[in-house]
Amino acid sequence: MAYCDGCGAPLEDCDGTCRGELDPPRFCRECGRKLDVQVTPTGYRAGCRRHPPVAPTGEPKL
Amino acid sequence: MTTRAMLAAAGAALIDEQRDLGEAELRGLAALPVDSVPALASLAHEVRLARCGPEVEIEGILSAKTGGCPEDCHFCSQSSKFESVVRPTPYLNIREIVKAAQETAELGASEFCIVMALRGPDDRVIDNVIEATAAVRRETGLNVAASLGILDRDQAKRLAEGGVHRYNHNLETARSFFPRIVTTHTWEERFDTCALVREVGMELCCGALLGMGESDDQRIELLLQLRDVTPAEVPLNFLNPRPGTPLGARPLVEPIEALRWIALFRLALPEVILRYAGGREVTLRELQALGMTAGINALIVGNYLTTLGRRPEQDIQMLADLKMPIGVLSKVI
Repeated sequence: MAYCDGCGAPLEDCDGTCRGELDPPRFCRECGRKLDVQVTPTGYRAGCRRHPPVAPTGEPKL
Repeated sequence: MTTRAMLAAAGAALIDEQRDLGEAELRGLAALPVDSVPALASLAHEVRLARCGPEVEIEGILSAKTGGCPEDCHFCSQSSKFESVVRPTPYLNIREIVKAAQETAELGASEFCIVMALRGPDDRVIDNVIEATAAVRRETGLNVAASLGILDRDQAKRLAEGGVHRYNHNLETARSFFPRIVTTHTWEERFDTCALVREVGMELCCGALLGMGESDDQRIELLLQLRDVTPAEVPLNFLNPRPGTPLGARPLVEPIEALRWIALFRLALPEVILRYAGGREVTLRELQALGMTAGINALIVGNYLTTLGRRPEQDIQMLADLKMPIGVLSKVI
């Protein structure tokens, strides 16, 4: 199952409007858990405690 | 009195006589019809140039301790009292703080603010911030500011002696409205920390957050209270409603009203460093440049504490297009 990175709901239950243009991802797309997010002046880091870090595009970092 | 006469009288007071506007004058300007806002902004820009000069100061900010705050500021996603999407994260180490400062320096900034979500610091936090301040100064040459919550005199003194040149502590809103927004500490506690900051020789950065449901009268009240704390800098924030907070469903301030209040802040506080801060992107949308010609003379570039800003290059280009030089503004150094 995939999850919304803005609200943590299952993807099929979210219309995608929960995450604003200037909001970093807050939930893991793989498990829906809250991410550890560190915003810096020119970027951010977002990491799930169980899954790989999320790249600043919002896509999982490979 | 006509709009034109009111603006002319305000301009004469602020530029020719170099006197502050009184409460009645500010209330009159705040009540001008919406189609007078561009003229009000134009006056504010003229006052800013006459009283502050053309330079614009650029700053980067960093949340060095995010979330888990015991206070209940109703606008804040970092309060532990609300079910917010922000997960508390540990204190950043010095290396991480210096790296963020280097990012800031590369943007052409002169100021870097270390922010922590706290009621107030303990000795360990003060030690770490002093160490980080020295490292940032050494590695980047940036002026270092800090925002660590409520201070006592000894803490304020240590920060000042440790090289923190400016301390941020916002009043946020008018004294009469504050209890609707925060219940875990008082407006007076904030005021007292602001006074301490100045007493120990740091510049005071004392900001406001508009759009929380305060009335126009309470915004004027806030402006007069800001005058009382004599800030070097006033960061002007607009509420960006955060999911899960008590203010999460509030509407944004309308862009034209945001411009009106930017102008009024300049007219009420003619010599402060008036900084564009949080919420400007979502509030003003494509009108960012108009704020720069309505009294603003400083901005936070890049990201904020828990949300992102627009791309720094956009702001740098905007300043270049407006022929506004980037400079260092200070009341002490």
